[in-house]
Amino acid sequence: MNVNSQVEEKSVCYHCGLPCPEEYWSVDDKKFCCTGCQTVYQILNENNLCEYYTLDRNPGIRQQEASMDTYAFLDEKEIRRKLMEFDSDALGRIEWQIPSIHCASCIWLLENLRSLQPGILKSEVNFSRKTVRMDFAPREVALSSIARTLSSLGYAPQIHLAAASKKDGPSNRGLLIKLAVAGFCFGNIMLLSFPEYLGLDDTDTTLRHLFSLLNICLALPVVVYSGQDYFIAAWKSFRQRAINIDVPIAVGLAALLLRSVYDILTQMGPGYLDSLTGLVFFLLIGRWFQNKTYESLAFDRDYRSYFPLAVHKLEKQDWKPALVYDLVTGDRIRVRNMEIIPADSILLDSKTYVDYSFVTGESRPVPVLPGELIFAGGRLLGQQAEMTVEKRISQSYLTSLWNNEAFRKPRESHYKKIIDLAARRFTWVVLVLALAAAIYWYLVDPSRMWLILTSVLMVACPCALALAAPFTFGNALRVLGKHGLYLKNADVVERLAGIDRVIFDKTGTVTHGSADVVFTGDLKRDEWGWVKSLAASSLHPLSVMIAKSIPGQSAMALDQFEEYPGRGLACRIGTSNIRMGSASFVGLEAAPDIKSSRVYVSIDGFNRGVFAIGTSVRKEIPGLVKRLNGRCAALLSGDNDSDRSRMAGIFLPYSRILFDQSPHDKLAFVRQLQQERHQVMMLGDGLNDSGALKQSDVGIAVADDTSVFTPACDGILKGDQLGLLDKFLDLGKGSLSILKMSFVLSFLYNAIGLSFAMSGHLTPLIAAVLMPVSSISVVGFTTLAMSVLEKKLLTRRL
Amino acid sequence: MTVIILLITISLVIAVGFLTAFIWSMKSGQFDDLYGPSVRMLFEDKKKDDKKTRKP
Repeated sequence: MNVNSQVEEKSVCYHCGLPCPEEYWSVDDKKFCCTGCQTVYQILNENNLCEYYTLDRNPGIRQQEASMDTYAFLDEKEIRRKLMEFDSDALGRIEWQIPSIHCASCIWLLENLRSLQPGILKSEVNFSRKTVRMDFAPREVALSSIARTLSSLGYAPQIHLAAASKKDGPSNRGLLIKLAVAGFCFGNIMLLSFPEYLGLDDTDTTLRHLFSLLNICLALPVVVYSGQDYFIAAWKSFRQRAINIDVPIAVGLAALLLRSVYDILTQMGPGYLDSLTGLVFFLLIGRWFQNKTYESLAFDRDYRSYFPLAVHKLEKQDWKPALVYDLVTGDRIRVRNMEIIPADSILLDSKTYVDYSFVTGESRPVPVLPGELIFAGGRLLGQQAEMTVEKRISQSYLTSLWNNEAFRKPRESHYKKIIDLAARRFTWVVLVLALAAAIYWYLVDPSRMWLILTSVLMVACPCALALAAPFTFGNALRVLGKHGLYLKNADVVERLAGIDRVIFDKTGTVTHGSADVVFTGDLKRDEWGWVKSLAASSLHPLSVMIAKSIPGQSAMALDQFEEYPGRGLACRIGTSNIRMGSASFVGLEAAPDIKSSRVYVSIDGFNRGVFAIGTSVRKEIPGLVKRLNGRCAALLSGDNDSDRSRMAGIFLPYSRILFDQSPHDKLAFVRQLQQERHQVMMLGDGLNDSGALKQSDVGIAVADDTSVFTPACDGILKGDQLGLLDKFLDLGKGSLSILKMSFVLSFLYNAIGLSFAMSGHLTPLIAAVLMPVSSISVVGFTTLAMSVLEKKLLTRRL
Repeated sequence: MTVIILLITISLVIAVGFLTAFIWSMKSGQFDDLYGPSVRMLFEDKKKDDKKTRKP
């Protein structure tokens, strides 16, 4: 036992691994940071499930409180039908999406859930997709209680409308099977071609002919099955009169197959089937590499993902859960504290606060009086409220953003892929060369014309060219992912390279997402409990934040509690008088220069300290803005301009600063920049940025925890890696030049091949050497160059 | 030399067998989660009767 580990054990929660506060909970000599963690430990302990803790160090997740009937709506028939894969009296099957799955212990616990919750028959975790598929007996256990059990253990499932209507098939499986078939046939054809490679002329000619016929049998599934996508894509692009890279590939494949079959059947030679199958095999590897993306991250969420699935609705004097989609004007609904309001509604109850930060970016909760309109997407703070629905969910102010044309047109039409531009020119050059060669040989030696023509088409098949882009961008994707930027797909890298304007959102992007509560002053341990109890008794947003920031329990009896609206709180605990609130409320002079909200505390008339509540700027931002220099275009905030002077210090003179921007304004700003022929990158985090994220050329969502909800975007950037953004842009530019270099390389191989073909010297052996060598060297070059670039830009920092 | 025809036939049949096995395992979803099974085999099953069965 060394000292270090003892110190660590002393201060770290046994369940979740977070540091314990001074006042901790303990059971069985184990320390816990909060009651939630302790409860989970006790549940596991009672059920002999403590093996959980031996599998991984501090596997637990800090508890988030959820009220008892949060999941009650899951028992409604309509909702069950939408969520479950299979439902009968005896057996139900459901797949939960649980983003907090992160280690071996999670798998173990979730798969042993049946010993914790009777009625669950079987559960199976898919770690890479972060889902649990569960069989249970609906007669014994309700769906809602399973959800509650999960969430009480810290594995709260995500249940949303989008998830309910989405069923994604296994996307990569088909490609991998095609790849397997191509690889299998490629290998066997090479084996059967060995006599040809070694030049064994004296072997039995019938045997060689037999081998060649076998080769045809092996090559047919490769072309017909594995290579079918290329023919289909080529045919499509041909019909749309937009030639892309698939056209010369398909022509090359067809030429290779026909020529080989002709050669073998007429016994003129062994054919080029090894080159053909190798080509398909390498092309499919490239495609597979390009398709490797981040399965567990979702990039295509719209507003539906943010909204609750159900809400309590008044139906014949009775509150019942109802699907938010079915709400119509005039329905009475009930929304609880911290829940999102699903439709534009009018408040019926007493005054409450609504947090619109999600929708508009405005950080300060807005007070709403009875009879006033609340917009959908706001989060209710305070006690539960009743309201009548004014507009259906699809017509609310927030969802109207999704009717903007930016959300309708497909992304790819924004720009022309560099690879297709290259392919178009390439195809014309090849066609002209093939024609020229054919004419030349028609004049010189007509009997060889067809052979030369097919040779040219075969060797011109741009395999290396087709591999250059997937491997360059695929490698870039991998490198960026290693450093905390997860892009949706490889195409985004290409767009990243062209970015010359960057726009920031304020809340959550430039500043940390949640507010910090910092206390300066002096309070004893008991007094902390008093302050927490007092703050917890009020529903004012500031007191809620303060209460949340103080660890510990708040079960203390308050006497003479009084709340003075707009000023503060006061109460009596034991013999002490406690007051907290504005400076004048506790008897102090107000400080003139206040940038953050302050709450003063006094006990028995003595000033004991002050809570400062505000959001802090991420420390990487000032340096980043400086390095981005002219590329940093603007700061767009939906918030009010109380932060202007602080932001001006960072962003001036580099960029514009605009406050009070609605989601529509942000979108319009991006579009305006694009009309000035800029390539725009938007960084944002909330639903209020989603329009701008979608409209921009590259929309990046900034998230401190990648398992939380992010709006629809092209990439997700970890908050603590934001400082590397300029390096990421450079990497995008660098990958584009690597791509161009590998284009040159592959054109070089094609030129060599073409010179062989046009002079009539392309033997099967030369083709069998040249084609794999060109592919492999292009792949090797891009991989190597990308790792050099990574070292140069990203690894050598600090 | 006819023996080589026999040998090649056998080797191809075996190879096709492996290919089918791979395609089957792919389709039955064994490659969907590459991390889970690697830790799952280390868990100790206390009850003997709860062997995991996979659904296609």
